[in-house]
Amino acid sequence: MTNKEWPLWEVFIRSKQGLSHKHVGSLRAADAEMAIENARDVYTRRSEGISIWVTESNNMFASNPNEADSLYEPSDSKIYRHPTFYEVPDGIEHM
Amino acid sequence: MNSLFEYLLRLGDDSLIIGHRLSEWCGHGPILEEDIAMTNLSLDFIGQATSIYKYAGEVEDKGRSADDLAFLRFDREYKNLILLEQPNGDFGMTMMKQFLFDSYRKPLFERLIHSSDDMIAAIAAKSLKETKYHLKHSSEWIIRLGDGTEESRNRVQDSLDTLWRYTSELFFEDSVDEELKSSGIVPSMDGIKKDWSSYVGEILNRATLTIPINNWEQEGGRKGMHSEHLGYILTELQYMQRAYPGMEW
Repeated sequence: MTNKEWPLWEVFIRSKQGLSHKHVGSLRAADAEMAIENARDVYTRRSEGISIWVTESNNMFASNPNEADSLYEPSDSKIYRHPTFYEVPDGIEHM
Repeated sequence: MNSLFEYLLRLGDDSLIIGHRLSEWCGHGPILEEDIAMTNLSLDFIGQATSIYKYAGEVEDKGRSADDLAFLRFDREYKNLILLEQPNGDFGMTMMKQFLFDSYRKPLFERLIHSSDDMIAAIAAKSLKETKYHLKHSSEWIIRLGDGTEESRNRVQDSLDTLWRYTSELFFEDSVDEELKSSGIVPSMDGIKKDWSSYVGEILNRATLTIPINNWEQEGGRKGMHSEHLGYILTELQYMQRAYPGMEW
């Protein structure tokens, strides 16, 4: 049997205030152009965005939740990577 | 006859009737995304109708509100194109109707933004933005359905064959237009028809569809002579106001 379902797309919207696109959800569409149009209709009805990105979901690769230990825990013990150990000299503004 | 009022009814009734037809898809779209898209289109059109009727009521100056004009006229008093009251049919038929109409509305609004009537110019400016998107949406679908599978192509070609006979009415002009043209309120249909023909031809060509040879053109809506379908639309559209006069929510 042929698959009659359209491919799934992930949608990213940049809001007026936002500096970067944020993932807002997914939808189905026959091709990229229609995915943009569908995203406009489904996800920007309440003036949420000024820019839309879509990418086919099967082009997305995700980290494996089971590997969280090895991926993220090593950085937990390295608090010196946060720039909180510097003394800011008097008179420096906007830090 | 007040020509400006008459013209506004034609403009507003077009928006109301196609908006109502699109609203019939709510909850019945072929996919969720398109269901929402058609409801969005519908709301754009009903919003246009609201502004146009409000202004028409002021022009007529008999105290009729936008709601009175939308809900409390009889079928012969509606001046929409016969094309727009045709049943939705399948999704391809609905998109074809939309495409043929959007292709006309865009060049119309592009000219009405220069109207000597400030209110018409303002309504046209707002509507033009919506219309550009409507046209992109319907054009993309016509290309994909026409140049799609054998079934989608056959269906959308049938829709074109059925609807083509109603397209000559898009460019209907009578003494109403003549009067308003002379005062710079409305544009001539000549340029609009030219734009429409070349755009429609280009998209249908890309969609691998064939313009039917047609020797029967159906007109009448602009004069209040409608097909049998308008009565059924009005029955549903007007039910609440007829059953409960003056109701609001």
